[in-house]
Amino acid sequence: MKKSDPVSEAFARLAMLLERDAALIQRGRFLDVDCLLGSTEQAFHISIRAGRIIDTAPAPVLMRSWRFAYRATPQAWTAFWQPLPKAGWHDLLSLTKRGEAMLEGDIQPFITNLQYFKDLLALPRMSGGAR
Amino acid sequence: MTGRIEPMVGRYVHVEIDGTPHRIYFEEAGQGIPLVCLHTAGSDGRQWRHLLADEEFTRYFRIIAFDMPWHGKSNPPASWDGTEYQLTTARYTQTIRAFCAALDLDKPVVMGCSIGGRIVLNLAIDHASEFRALVGLEAADFQAPWYDTTWLNRPDVHGGEVCAALVSGLVAPQSPAEARMETLWAYKQGGPGVFKGDLYFYRVDGDLRGRTKAIDTSVCPLYLLTGEYDFSCMPEDTVRTAAEISGVEVTVMEQVGHFPMSENPMQFRRYIAPVLEKIRQKKF
Repeated sequence: MKKSDPVSEAFARLAMLLERDAALIQRGRFLDVDCLLGSTEQAFHISIRAGRIIDTAPAPVLMRSWRFAYRATPQAWTAFWQPLPKAGWHDLLSLTKRGEAMLEGDIQPFITNLQYFKDLLALPRMSGGAR
Repeated sequence: MTGRIEPMVGRYVHVEIDGTPHRIYFEEAGQGIPLVCLHTAGSDGRQWRHLLADEEFTRYFRIIAFDMPWHGKSNPPASWDGTEYQLTTARYTQTIRAFCAALDLDKPVVMGCSIGGRIVLNLAIDHASEFRALVGLEAADFQAPWYDTTWLNRPDVHGGEVCAALVSGLVAPQSPAEARMETLWAYKQGGPGVFKGDLYFYRVDGDLRGRTKAIDTSVCPLYLLTGEYDFSCMPEDTVRTAAEISGVEVTVMEQVGHFPMSENPMQFRRYIAPVLEKIRQKKF
């Protein structure tokens, strides 16, 4: 899958969508982390500082490390971003439970900021999902 | 008085559970058939406030919702020394039976959700003759775990935030925002380690697989209702459980998740009203 697939385009828009959501930035104000988010076909190194995404780079990036990774199948992201997602496709952890997503690495920052990441990764739902 | 006052009344009852005195908070409304409601793990009896305020139901049922010890307004027992709280099948069963006995309830109906649904199955297995009917919401003999409960109580993770964030996905997307907020608020208010301690029953001690065949619904009718958006106790978990029990009635509730009575009271009402009516009409 190319970097220009609809799911990847949604991830590329994530920083812009987050900037529109002052409350979500406020929720993540204590969060600094470098993580890997995206689809199983194309993930992105995403750098978050004080709740803001300051860098989004398509993986792989030579020798760049990440603290945790959350990657789901393109099918899962497409279903997750439906305006009214179907049962079992509506939550980051329902996707991991059904084997459509993987959570890896040191997940402490993910768990500590769980609602932040749930809301962050749901932002494309409000803006048309995987267009 | 000009303020709108809701019909439920809250009181405390002193109950001995396994030889230890407890001060249990409960709310009740209505008269008639006693209907004891059990909250989910890590929450409290406020989840039932819409049912308690429903005049159609309180006309025929004395609806009672109590806070489990360590939850809501039921403090830990005075003798608690701070050791890790862990709910077991035996302790949970004793708590419910002791509470019902303390209020002199005559063959009550018990309706429980999540861990409350699981323990209802245990009541059906071991104590069916004590109850008029049993209702399990989001109930199954077992379900696959989907997170590590050690995250729920550790000093580097805010317990209230993580408990609420974990269960937030169990609320259906159709549920009204205010009801979703209120459902999660209870999780943000739980004592440290209490949700985790409840899940000891759910995950470790309360596996009822292989035991539910013993349920005799001719002694006590059993109703199981599960929300389609519950990915913790999935509808297929409930259906699989029901397949082992002759005479059980199963309903999959659309557009609700793991907390039907609190996350979408109106939608829940559509499903629970016919169940309560059947219980009311049944001759004992």
